[in-house]
Amino acid sequence: MAGKIRVLVAKAGLDGHDRGAKVVASAMRDAGFEVIYTGLHQTPEMIVQAAIQEDVDAVALSILSGAHMTLFPRVLALMREKGIGDVLLTGGGIIPKEDMASLKQAGVGQLFGPGTPTTAIIDYIRGASE
Amino acid sequence: MPAPLFETLSGIPVQPLYTPEDVKPGLEERLGKPGQFPFTRGLHPEMYRTRVWTMRQFAGFGTAEHTNQRFHYLLAQGMTGLSTAFDMPTLMGYDPDHAMALGEVGREGVAISTLEDMEILFRGIPLDQVTTSMTINAPAIVLLAMYVAVAEEQGIPPEKLGGTVQADMLKEFIAQKEWICPPRPSVKICVDMIEWCAEHMPKWNSISISGYHIREAGATAVQELAFTIADGIGYVEECIKRGMDVDAFAQRLSFFWDVHNDFFEEIAKFRAGRRIWAKLMRDRFQAKNPRSWMLRTHAQTAGVSLTAQQPLNNVARVAIQALAAVLGGTQSLHTNSMDETLALPTEEAATVALRTQQIIAHETGVTNVVDPFGGSYFLEALTDRMEEEAMEYLRRIDAMGGIIQAVEQGFPQKEIADSAYRFQMQVEEGRRTIVGVNRFGGEEEVSIPVLKIDPEIERRQIERVRAVRARRDAARWERAMGDLRDACMSDKNLVPFVLDAVRAYATLGEISDVFREAYGVYREPAVF
Repeated sequence: MAGKIRVLVAKAGLDGHDRGAKVVASAMRDAGFEVIYTGLHQTPEMIVQAAIQEDVDAVALSILSGAHMTLFPRVLALMREKGIGDVLLTGGGIIPKEDMASLKQAGVGQLFGPGTPTTAIIDYIRGASE
Repeated sequence: MPAPLFETLSGIPVQPLYTPEDVKPGLEERLGKPGQFPFTRGLHPEMYRTRVWTMRQFAGFGTAEHTNQRFHYLLAQGMTGLSTAFDMPTLMGYDPDHAMALGEVGREGVAISTLEDMEILFRGIPLDQVTTSMTINAPAIVLLAMYVAVAEEQGIPPEKLGGTVQADMLKEFIAQKEWICPPRPSVKICVDMIEWCAEHMPKWNSISISGYHIREAGATAVQELAFTIADGIGYVEECIKRGMDVDAFAQRLSFFWDVHNDFFEEIAKFRAGRRIWAKLMRDRFQAKNPRSWMLRTHAQTAGVSLTAQQPLNNVARVAIQALAAVLGGTQSLHTNSMDETLALPTEEAATVALRTQQIIAHETGVTNVVDPFGGSYFLEALTDRMEEEAMEYLRRIDAMGGIIQAVEQGFPQKEIADSAYRFQMQVEEGRRTIVGVNRFGGEEEVSIPVLKIDPEIERRQIERVRAVRARRDAARWERAMGDLRDACMSDKNLVPFVLDAVRAYATLGEISDVFREAYGVYREPAVF
């Protein structure tokens, strides 16, 4: 793949826990990715709009508020509707295993829980973008 | 394996041995006696011999009925104070039928939208016989008013109410990131509460100046100490600017520390914090009443230290952290449940957490002696060092023009994000060990039961708030909302106006909308 991998790191909904999103964003930047961070309190519409505008290879959504079963499917549906269904939607947060599995079934990429090394996330996105 | 780090979690180097030479002269003066300036050794002469700390377990999920049941359960198990967790829409000032609330109702705490929800939340609990802490910030004035209104219905006047409303907006902009309006009007509303409570609620803590969220966002112990005290200075300055006498409100300021894994550093933090605050209040702000010099604190074990891997290990972490808080001299304590990196706690996990405190209080003997580490060469040297490093931050913040300016410039936010990243890299390089995560991991995944929130709750809460809107006295509501709007355009204290609005069953979202219109909406610059 030519050029840098471009990733949108996004915080959806009302969740203010941004420690993980910022740490992951910094690690991706240090790994040579082009990182765009949305900031807090974004709606699914705002996130998909930013993904289109920034022409990203992946959207990494951080959700620690328990609203993942609502927000991941909404973002995914909007991405498909707006013609960027081929862009990887991944992410992480406080997400129980069974919810991860059912989101994966719905077409969301791999999701990462607490304790994941940033290198695992970077390797995954790099692999998926090639 | 990389070489071990011989330093605290704040990066303070640690020697293999401490001797009398490591303690600077003048120790007796720096310590004082327990219950006396500068309170390094604790706020009371006998500490826990007279009364153990308040065991205050944070609880809240689903609807008001669910949380009311959990409150009754925890009180029956020997908990001695209530503590309320609110859901995200409530924390951000939205009603459950607002678009931003989608999927979030009742998930991270209890949904409270109107006075009716609050009546249900405290049903069967006489509010003059418990103390209640409410973890609410941007719309704190609304929840405080609802609490006062529920007490009125129980026939209890505000002066008899004991408890705390967190209402610390500065740390929201620094760390927790739950806000409605920009920093300056947000602080104005906090000061309104401090002022109103000083006059009407002598037993109520009008603010809980919180390091907890600052630490959880990635700060070191030194940064937690420094930024929290800087916030405290910010509020005191704003109150004095309004013309309040420092001794009229300082006694009702309370604090809230995180307790992380670095055992001695945490104990030193509590001791250094009391000493710094006592000196500031006496010398910088000229408070005359010794009660105004006291840093009274709640503490909570570090949620961020818990691991999703091998979750039963978290019981051990929580016990060690709780012990540090007790040895540090906390006034009240919440112990986390082992399952909190997975979901809100189950009843069983919450019970183990409470039992952990009861074991420390009643089985270990640590309550028999005041400040048992006082005079330890290591602990005294560490306490001094933490004080020095925190004071250096305070000087930098003063030079920026104070904490509000520093927050507007993003200074503490950036320091915290840098520390979080540094810590993560140390973990990934194996220079810091997290048991079960980067060392001693097992192949087998242990799974424990987790609490599920029924998605139906959102629909029911929406129905309930709509029913209240339809049923309430429209003329009374309109009058109260108009008066509140006018008050926001003046420099009047807003508490009485919010109180009238909640009595008229105005919703939390409606009142927050008045603030949004009057003061604008805050958007954080997205930097990392």
